[in-house]
Amino acid sequence: MESAWREHSRHALATLVRLLGDFDLAEEALHDAFRAALEQWPAQGVPGNPYSWLVSAGRFKAIDQIRRRRRYDLDDGRIAERVAAADGDPAEAEIDAVGDDRLRLVFTCCHPVLAPEARVALTLREVCGLATEEIARAFLVPVPTLAQRIVRAKAKLRQARVGYQVPGHAELPARLASVLQVVYLVFNEGHSASAGAQAVRHDLVEEAIRLGRLLVALLPEPEAVGLLALMLLHASRRHARIGADGALVLLPDQDRGRWDRALIDEGLALVRLALRARPPRSYALQAAIAAVHAEAATAEATDWPQIVALYDLLLRVDPSPVVALNRAVAVAERDGPAPALALVDDLLAEGALAGYHLAHATRAELLRRLDRTDEARAAYQRALRLVRQLPERAFLSDRLAALP
Amino acid sequence: MKYLLLIYNDAALLDALPPEEFEHRLAHCYERAGELMADGRLLGSERLEKPETAATVRIRDDELAVTDGPFAETKEYLAGFNVVEARDMNEAIRLAAGFPWARTGSVEVRPIAQSLPG
Repeated sequence: MESAWREHSRHALATLVRLLGDFDLAEEALHDAFRAALEQWPAQGVPGNPYSWLVSAGRFKAIDQIRRRRRYDLDDGRIAERVAAADGDPAEAEIDAVGDDRLRLVFTCCHPVLAPEARVALTLREVCGLATEEIARAFLVPVPTLAQRIVRAKAKLRQARVGYQVPGHAELPARLASVLQVVYLVFNEGHSASAGAQAVRHDLVEEAIRLGRLLVALLPEPEAVGLLALMLLHASRRHARIGADGALVLLPDQDRGRWDRALIDEGLALVRLALRARPPRSYALQAAIAAVHAEAATAEATDWPQIVALYDLLLRVDPSPVVALNRAVAVAERDGPAPALALVDDLLAEGALAGYHLAHATRAELLRRLDRTDEARAAYQRALRLVRQLPERAFLSDRLAALP
Repeated sequence: MKYLLLIYNDAALLDALPPEEFEHRLAHCYERAGELMADGRLLGSERLEKPETAATVRIRDDELAVTDGPFAETKEYLAGFNVVEARDMNEAIRLAAGFPWARTGSVEVRPIAQSLPG
């Protein structure tokens, strides 16, 4: 009963939002349908198609709700419209067998009229079914702040009369980019947060991957495939990234035996698929870089020339100072620290990375390799002043202490 | 999760309502409460008498002092409360907004502290 409910309720909610055109009505309708299910399913058994049962129960309950509300409410005209819509021919209340309603819901929650943090909150609550408190905990935001963010986001979608639909062909690339950005934000929040800091923390990494899978299943665009590959490959290293003492372990020092082979294999297959698009786009290229690391049996066996070449492509399609910094790290492995240091110094001189702790940490590391110890010390200290994450801070402190 | 909905009314706004409108809203409130009670989301609910019927108790230096009226003079007074069961803060907010009193005052939604196990 519970598993049937969990599996079908998110999909039913998405359909009810489409049929009723309103988040709150849909949520209330789903709740009523759930109550009805609680009464009927244990006695009569779970229906053959729980999803369509929930949708039609929810729809009838919503019609009652709307009529009742109309008796008391200051009808703003929209409610009457909804009764007509919800009360229409049941044949119009088409069942959505392919999950298009979930896709509509994702695009609606990630609509560009909303600020990125509002998109993230709304997507996690409405698409993934997380509770407000869980999202607030995961993002270290007070619960009332996050609750308000969700209320405002819904109001904004209502006011902007955002159509509840998957965007058309012309709009799709830009709108999909906004969806993928949300998914990746959720992933990164989970991936780079310090491990085990919170006892009851919804696993954002899992949630992001689940969303990524949903997108790929419903809309197998190369960039969606690329993002899923990227997330799987990063996630495959999760257990090797944090040492027994909770400290951060960098890629070259990780125990590759602790990488998750199943995730790597799946990620590699998806990378190949994503790279078929010409020209390859940003997520696909980032995933390809992660794939080169995943394919190296040891750190020494890493194909650095290949990685530098992929960064060159990435800089062409998605230029950013951070990508250029990562390319410099790969150049250090391919050509040695001196040419890489010249690149990092140029990047720092441009100014965009001046406040980015990893730029100074990279510079410190290169100086250390060149035995320019005093300069390395100064650069580590600079990075430490900028770092905000506990495990990273500990890591930099250790490096600083290890200098001769 | 359990939440306490504290219903504050603004006397000026409430007095400005035509009497039949007040009755209408009260009926709506009871009907909504009945629904929520029936489906297990409303765990307790009370309407309070007017604030001038209150006595406030304080002990300072072992001295019991009772003053009349509520603790502080505010434009809005505590008129009642509901204890609801909701999935999360946003559902509790939605339930709070479903009562008519947010239109003539405000409803404070406060999570009820979860008692420690054992």
